[in-house]
Amino acid sequence: MSSRNKILNAIAAHQPDQVAMPVIHHEQVITFENPFLQFKTIVESIGGKVVLVPTIQFIQSEIQNNKSASKYIINTVSELGDVPDNLNKLTAAALEKLDTVYIRATLGVAENGAVWVSESQMKNRLLPFICEHLVLIINQKDIVATMHQAYNKIDISTEGFGAFIAGPSKTADIEQSLVIGAHGAKNATIYIIE
Amino acid sequence: MTVALFIPCYIDQLYPKVGIATLELLEKLGCDVVFPLGQTCCGQPMANSGFSGLTNGCNKNFIANFSGFDYIVAPSGSCVLHLKEHLQDDKNPEKAHQIKNSLFELTEFLTDIIKVDTLDARFPFKVGIHNSCHGQRGLNLASMTEKNTPSFSKPEQLLKMVGGIELSYPKRKDECCGFGGTFCVFEEAVSVKMGKDRITEHEANDIDYITAGDSSCLMHLEGILNRKGSPIKTIHIAEILNSSF
Amino acid sequence: MNSKHAALSEKFIADEPRTNWHDETLWFVREKRDKATHGLPEWEQLREWASQIKNHTLSNLNAYLTEFEEKAKANGIKVHWAADAQEHNEIVHSIIKKNNIQKIVKSKSMLTEECHLNDYLQEKGLEVVDTDLGERIVQFRKEPPSHIVLPAIHLKKQDVSDTFHEHLNTEKGNNDPQYLTEAARQHLRSKFIEADLAITGVNFAIAETGGFVVCTNEGNADMGAHTAKVHIACMGFEKIIPKAEHLSVFLRILARSATGQAITTYSSHFHKPRPDQEMHLVIVDNGRSRQLGRADFKNSLKCIRCAACFNTCPVYRRSGGHSYHTTTAGPIGSILNPNLDMKTNADLPFASTLCGSCSNVCPVKIDIHEQLWKWRQEIVKEGYVSSDKKTAMKGMSYMFSNPALYRFVGIIGRWMMRNFPNLLKSKHNLWFKQREMPEAPKKSFRDWYIDHQK
Repeated sequence: MSSRNKILNAIAAHQPDQVAMPVIHHEQVITFENPFLQFKTIVESIGGKVVLVPTIQFIQSEIQNNKSASKYIINTVSELGDVPDNLNKLTAAALEKLDTVYIRATLGVAENGAVWVSESQMKNRLLPFICEHLVLIINQKDIVATMHQAYNKIDISTEGFGAFIAGPSKTADIEQSLVIGAHGAKNATIYIIE
Repeated sequence: MTVALFIPCYIDQLYPKVGIATLELLEKLGCDVVFPLGQTCCGQPMANSGFSGLTNGCNKNFIANFSGFDYIVAPSGSCVLHLKEHLQDDKNPEKAHQIKNSLFELTEFLTDIIKVDTLDARFPFKVGIHNSCHGQRGLNLASMTEKNTPSFSKPEQLLKMVGGIELSYPKRKDECCGFGGTFCVFEEAVSVKMGKDRITEHEANDIDYITAGDSSCLMHLEGILNRKGSPIKTIHIAEILNSSF
Repeated sequence: MNSKHAALSEKFIADEPRTNWHDETLWFVREKRDKATHGLPEWEQLREWASQIKNHTLSNLNAYLTEFEEKAKANGIKVHWAADAQEHNEIVHSIIKKNNIQKIVKSKSMLTEECHLNDYLQEKGLEVVDTDLGERIVQFRKEPPSHIVLPAIHLKKQDVSDTFHEHLNTEKGNNDPQYLTEAARQHLRSKFIEADLAITGVNFAIAETGGFVVCTNEGNADMGAHTAKVHIACMGFEKIIPKAEHLSVFLRILARSATGQAITTYSSHFHKPRPDQEMHLVIVDNGRSRQLGRADFKNSLKCIRCAACFNTCPVYRRSGGHSYHTTTAGPIGSILNPNLDMKTNADLPFASTLCGSCSNVCPVKIDIHEQLWKWRQEIVKEGYVSSDKKTAMKGMSYMFSNPALYRFVGIIGRWMMRNFPNLLKSKHNLWFKQREMPEAPKKSFRDWYIDHQK
């Protein structure tokens, strides 16, 4: 017998009595008077930065400044300028020195400062992780209170990959001292468009 | 109101003053107290060591001594918890069931059944409260720092009725003292370290006494305090509630 | 050498300042957890939901595992099943051989630790680079992790400094965590970039969608998985959850319980391999189906490996992870490990005062301390207890069953304690080693009561 069947048979032989699936009542969950403010407070408490801008064009000048400082920048947002079409071909070796990446994300979560980024938004799965500075862009109206509302709004199975990202990479593995910038981005900025 | 008094074996043998205080306190509060003379032990030392199979004799003896009372009260959360969870009589499950429902730890009996709201007691000392785990987490005598629930404490509620007393908690309000039954000898090093750490936190509050609802925790802490020659003494909560300085 | 918990922890505690430091460091994590959970009015409700989802899942495991397998395959993930650790390791090795893989990076996976995958591959001449900072530190030191979330929590920054000086040529004596972390970042960047294979664990596998979620703070799982041409994710079968919406409950409780964060930095949802990538998933039993059949212990399989029970455990904090001599230490380890090897791990359920704090912090409401008590009964039943203890317990039981004998022994005992106190002050009396004996009164309470009645 294959191990698959052996395992499934053993589980079937030992299956506990039926327990009903609980109903998760969203009205029992915390709400925030000002989700934006809560989101900003949390992101800042985990080492990230939140910038409120009236329109996405306000970010363009920053990109220009970075480019003229001859930093390695990748923009994945067509509203901000040209997006190279070879992005998903770039390897880790090619991206090793990536300074900043700009990515349009789906939504932000007020309770924990996380931002949902899908594969089609990041273009290349490595980009949000291998860069030094991660810049994510969301609309203010897309800040939800908790993870419950977040999962209501997204469909995790339509694309091959997606991630909630909350602030910059961090570790506390040495004596519980918090160090920002373990393997992923050392800085995370969330632009929020009013 | 007739109350059967259960005095756990080690209190009977080593801390009779705790039994006396419990009895006097209950009598002061108007209870008719009966002490069944054939009682011994709840069986916990065997059961917690993995030998619950050896507790039949204890169960039988306990049921023989304590059947038929409306209320059974003991000055020990740990022994009460053990009986509530494990007392059994295979031939006569009703009897064990009736006992479990009549059984109360002293402080919960005072706050929930007699509903004491004043006490004629004085204890003009600085007292550190130790939350004994089985009473607190097992019998829900006080809210627990792990949980997100409203704060309360039955022992503290009673101690606040005592004149002249100054109460304090250690920094970690409900960490275990490390007694743990036979754990105190089989895991001697960890047990003593846990006790020492509780004491250090109580010492920071400059107290005269450590009190608790279980003499087992106190016996362990007393052993460590006496070894280091500390002036801090231990005292069961029943002794404070029954005191008149 | 005695390698049981009591002896190993005595050795640990012999360095008292370091024990204090270890205790306080982990208590700090417990306090962060309290702050994060007490800030949510629905916390206790969340625990209840998480517990019920897990109970429901355990009672429908077959259906959810087969649904998961079907969906995952449709997503292009290659699914493997391993009955035990050996088979798990063989599967991983066969994928390595088939793809002619040389360079392997691994992010944290307690399952691969449980299966001793690194040792297995090392014997085959393959090097696995652990990429979680804590795991890399203990790997350099050839030590096992001492904590499932904070693998190097037993080490001080000076220890890490010495280790990195030796292996990464960092400045001697520089023990600044920022500096040491940066050194590890540079060192592991090069490992990521050249990796052919990334091995990761799985925090949650979703039956409904055939995908899985991996949570890290460092980003190491992503750096590996998105770089390597092959990704193998390894999971115990209990990692399955029914629906995507259930992730909301679990991601809300996991990091809050583990470190007091509202969520980990990265919660990565994998559903399909990259176009140029192979993605494998190994579903492992290794004793889990046996545990499922133990009515008293089956709900230990609800565990999401947050380690909140470690951080709150007063025994763990004062004895260190290595004193548990198993991959998963702490209270949860003490109820999981007897299932794997009851004889070797017979001491672990006794390494607890049954204070109950573990059950209170558990975000999926496992009755950990009650299972510790129940394992003690099993272990005695199976005979894995010393004959001395057995004899003593039988004697005690006989005495307490006979009230007259109990009173007689009491009289003799107290008389001895009063008149020959030195008899008890021996090195064989473990109570007396660091504690004074209680004073024995002349009369028992019963004696007083009878006099009082007169």
